[in-house]
Amino acid sequence: MPVNNPYVPYPVRIADIRVETEDRSLKTFRLEFVNPGDAEKFAYQSGQFAEISVAGEGEIPIGIASSPTEKGFIQFTIFKTGKVTSCLHQMKPGATIGVRGPLGNSYPWETLKGKNILIIGGGFAFTTLRSSIKMMLDPAHRADFGDIDVVYGARTPGMLLYKEELTEWEKRDDIRMHITVDKAEDLGWAYHVGFVPAVTREVAPAAGDDTYAIICGPPVMIKFTLPVLEELGYHHDRMLMSLENRMKCGIGMCGRCNIGKELVCKDGPVFTLSHLKTTPMEY
Amino acid sequence: MTTLIHIDKQNWDRGIEASRKQYHIAGPVKDKEFHVFRRLENGELPDMTYKSTRLSPKSLLFPQSEIMFAYTLDETAENAGMMQDVKADDFPCAVIGIRPYDAKAIQIMKLNFDAAEYQDPYWIHAFVRSTFIGLAINEPESVDFSTSCGTGPFEETGLDALMVDCMDHYLIKILTDKGRAWMHAAGFTTAARETAPQTLESMKAEAESKIASKVSFDNIREMSVLDLYQAGFWEDAAFGCINCGACTYACPTCWCFDIQDEKYGVRGIRMRNWDSCMTPLFTLHASGHNPRSTGLGRTRQRFMHKLKYFPDKYNQGIMCVGCGRCIVQCPANIDIRKICDRMNRYEARKGDCQCQ
Amino acid sequence: MTDATHKIQEISRRILENGKVDKIIGYQKGSMPMMNTPCVIRNPANVGQLVWDSHCRLNLAKYLGNTKERVGIIAKGCDSRNIVMHILENRIQREQMVIIGVPCNGMADKWKLSALVDGEVVAVTEANGNITVTSVSDEKAIPRAQALQENCVLCKHRNPVIYDELTAELVEEPQNMDRHESIRKIESMTPDERWRFFDDMLSSCTRCHACRNACPLCYCPTCFVDESRPQWVGKGMDPVDIRSYHFLRAFHCAGRCTDCGACEAACPMHIPVRLLTRKLEKDCFDRFKWSAGLSLDQRPAMDTYTPNDPNDFFK
Repeated sequence: MPVNNPYVPYPVRIADIRVETEDRSLKTFRLEFVNPGDAEKFAYQSGQFAEISVAGEGEIPIGIASSPTEKGFIQFTIFKTGKVTSCLHQMKPGATIGVRGPLGNSYPWETLKGKNILIIGGGFAFTTLRSSIKMMLDPAHRADFGDIDVVYGARTPGMLLYKEELTEWEKRDDIRMHITVDKAEDLGWAYHVGFVPAVTREVAPAAGDDTYAIICGPPVMIKFTLPVLEELGYHHDRMLMSLENRMKCGIGMCGRCNIGKELVCKDGPVFTLSHLKTTPMEY
Repeated sequence: MTTLIHIDKQNWDRGIEASRKQYHIAGPVKDKEFHVFRRLENGELPDMTYKSTRLSPKSLLFPQSEIMFAYTLDETAENAGMMQDVKADDFPCAVIGIRPYDAKAIQIMKLNFDAAEYQDPYWIHAFVRSTFIGLAINEPESVDFSTSCGTGPFEETGLDALMVDCMDHYLIKILTDKGRAWMHAAGFTTAARETAPQTLESMKAEAESKIASKVSFDNIREMSVLDLYQAGFWEDAAFGCINCGACTYACPTCWCFDIQDEKYGVRGIRMRNWDSCMTPLFTLHASGHNPRSTGLGRTRQRFMHKLKYFPDKYNQGIMCVGCGRCIVQCPANIDIRKICDRMNRYEARKGDCQCQ
Repeated sequence: MTDATHKIQEISRRILENGKVDKIIGYQKGSMPMMNTPCVIRNPANVGQLVWDSHCRLNLAKYLGNTKERVGIIAKGCDSRNIVMHILENRIQREQMVIIGVPCNGMADKWKLSALVDGEVVAVTEANGNITVTSVSDEKAIPRAQALQENCVLCKHRNPVIYDELTAELVEEPQNMDRHESIRKIESMTPDERWRFFDDMLSSCTRCHACRNACPLCYCPTCFVDESRPQWVGKGMDPVDIRSYHFLRAFHCAGRCTDCGACEAACPMHIPVRLLTRKLEKDCFDRFKWSAGLSLDQRPAMDTYTPNDPNDFFK
């Protein structure tokens, strides 16, 4: 058997589990590599994902929520929805699972150097966006980028991910945060109330060759956000989408995640909208 | 070096047996009413008179169920929950009697499993230890359209040697070192007569002339994906399809698979099984969203993949070798040749939906 | 062109032209001998594509799906009983359909016909009550009655039980038909013999599920073999999983199956899966005097309960 078997997961230990949302449906898992050399082998960029492996249950593709600038661990925020995720949600720190990756392409950081970035995220699709923001804000990288605007929405305040970090970023002057919720019962809610597309229309920076939008969220959010950006004059090749599809191998072999001739796990998950407009919408 | 070998038929079995010292033997045998292509036990011989097998030889490199890893879930064990390699069979395997179209299909599958960025160790291991001794088709079946698909009854792509049945003897053309090695192990070293090359050429020409079924797909390359995808003819073309997946299992170029874990107490395995784009589960998200929720969408996917996505991606022809198995086995007689023709004749600008 | 073909085309043209239906579900000629392909016709100008002959082996009731359109559907005896079941199971409304009933004298068994000749079958024709099979090197003819599928040989309901149009005069129904001789033979085996029998029968199954997909009864949004929480049946080739699939599917057809034979006609490996479904059919008849789909006025045996049902376990 060749030494390099891309189906073998790196063993990782669950170092910490944090409940992110008020309904406990989302938890952030902090994972540490059991074997010292594996962390280097897992060198990744924001936007990539990994297959998380639970022996006896299966594997699931999850966007990497930690930033490459965070050392000593990798982080994933996982929604409890099926067989494997339910099993993960019942685990405790100290348990060993597996992780395969990094997989997929990342956001095109070389192209994005020197550009203004508008990040639009909804619900629990915000994970790779957290990775991106954390990376861009790192002192080593901030100067590489122009203005950074973030529109992030969830159903209620309790459903927002990474609340502490959102608050920290809100205080900074090198990033403009526009947090919104669909509904807020707390009269002290200091931010927007409204759907992501509406808030985007209000706050999005002007379109231009040097401004890119990264959009990541549930299908309904995307469906209504894209027209807003188009109205504002954003070009399809300046709009980056991170797609999801059912995956198994994650390495472009099992064939199931294709959209047209592209495989979301290998040619994606990041695609420009102009590219997506030439493929069937089977995602 | 002699490349054309003569084998008297009465010496054939002896040669197979002799080669068993260094090779497993795989080949076609009758199983109930059909021929199947499988590993042969000691004493079993390949049936060299077979026409076609129900399922293809792809299962020799890509078994329908294959264990990838084993593990223990016993929490007291040191390696609890960690994937352990399973022992692979390293013994070489001589695949005897494989048809040229099935050998070409293996080359097509290689594009998927032996890619630049990732290599599938299971498939590659099986491929590397296999030697393909092909058997030319003298009498193509009516449903054989392999000459349209970059292969043909006497084609050599993907083979290590090509055998031709010449009634009272076999001619074998050695194509690679691997082929030569097996011929040696079998003791087949007698050079063919001087007339043999000519015999081969004329038999090839005759077999090819008997291929009655042809398809063309040149126009499909020029069309836009979305035009074809949104064409109105799919409702009509895909209507009869019951989305069973018999075609994908019979097809020698279909490579899609599923990965599953199975537990038996504390013992566990991670396995892969053939999967089919015909099934609703194939693309179902955990949220319940299914990008291909209709049978029509899934039927369309199969033909778009074979005739459009694959050619666009790899630029090496269509993902079909013209073996005809899907046509013969489809319960509803969905015919890839008819669909190919429909796609090839489609004219998007005319709004030509050929609706019923 | 057979008489039935002619009649079907005429009726279809009429009900499409006068707007009674949005579409016709029927068969068009296949590309292989002995095969036809189910098709949908919306334009009356295209009814010439419709055919009807001895190779209409699938069950068109499968293709009704749960359409909301008005549909003209061609139904032989067994198909029509499945349509009755679909109405009883709320899949479709009676008013949506114009049922073009075909009194049926049975469908041909393509395996039987292929076995008559050496080599690949290139043509099959039918005339004057005989079916002629031609290969490259051989030709044989047999009387139609000897070429029938087994379910047609044993059929007790050749005429459609529900119809709006008929393509021909009703045919005589056989009396005193013993449908279950082969089932009794298996019942009389010892458990070991039966185990070996079914193991051998299912040994060539490839889990393609053509039997399930061809069956008009199998319309669950998620089939039990596709459930994952919990996963009832494995997805591999373990014989346990293969048996589970076949046995449980037969049970799910209990009291609903009309023995249309679509499952066996669809199976690419020629597995006699009806040996399982007919056991359930026999049990339903023996215990509840129930045969599926004969009347719109009776609830099926497996979804009714009356206080004098014979079983004790729920009293």
